[in-house]
Amino acid sequence: MKYKTLNEVRLPELGEGIEKATLAAWFFKEGDTVKDGDDLAEFVTDKASFVVSCNADGILAKILFKEGENVAVGAVLAIIEPSKN
Amino acid sequence: MNTTSLKIQDLGLINYQETWALQKETVAAVLEGAPLTVLLCEHPLVLTLGRLAKEEYILVDENELQKRKADVVKIDRGGEVTLHAPGQLVIYPIVDLNQYGRDLKAYLENLEHVIIDLLADFGILATSIEGRRGVWVKERKIASIGIGVRKWVSFHGLAINVNTDLREFQMIKPCGLDVHMTSIQEILGYPVDLKEVKNKFIQHFEKIFL
Repeated sequence: MKYKTLNEVRLPELGEGIEKATLAAWFFKEGDTVKDGDDLAEFVTDKASFVVSCNADGILAKILFKEGENVAVGAVLAIIEPSKN
Repeated sequence: MNTTSLKIQDLGLINYQETWALQKETVAAVLEGAPLTVLLCEHPLVLTLGRLAKEEYILVDENELQKRKADVVKIDRGGEVTLHAPGQLVIYPIVDLNQYGRDLKAYLENLEHVIIDLLADFGILATSIEGRRGVWVKERKIASIGIGVRKWVSFHGLAINVNTDLREFQMIKPCGLDVHMTSIQEILGYPVDLKEVKNKFIQHFEKIFL
């Protein structure tokens, strides 16, 4: 049996004292094909908007937050199922 | 902080959309290793809405906007409604934050610091206020700030009211707050050469960022 590696995409540390950011928009939906480096989601904190990029080529298998939600830094945002294993 | 070179582009009075395109190009260039770039300009009257902006913070109707030839643009920066008009110095530093510790808060504070230093050169005592971004002179806001970050390269930036016609701000509720804006001209009682403000900005920006 062959197992697939799943890539987690996380909200990175955004700076000292920033614990959360609001999810403003997803640029893809579940099932879409994505490429490493594509814009995946946009977050907003106080006076800054921050784009999280995809970290692998593959299929966006799972999205874990909704637009408008407050997300803690370090949280897993999405799972990408890589096209090559 | 870092040893790096600085590229300065003075665009003069230029349309918001044109600088937006230029910012995108510059972000791509910086990602490819181009030096830290600062775009300086003034915009004809334009209202920009940040990601969380509510349209009700625009206090005039469509007709009035048309009459005043004010464009409304939705953009990808944090923050609420901002107004740009001639006499306001708009600065877009395109900075690779990978070289500055990947800290959004520290970067915003550094930008505020540059403006506070610049205003001190004009004898104006300005401060930042905890929990409220931007730069303030007493209870009035003199400079607004808002950035977008993609692949840790920052774009958008700040707007300092130098000789701005402050009556224009009656069109909006800046940052969704009941804020009164001020300008260098209002505080000093006379207009200031924008070129001088640009030079001061670069001087203080270099001190903090190079």
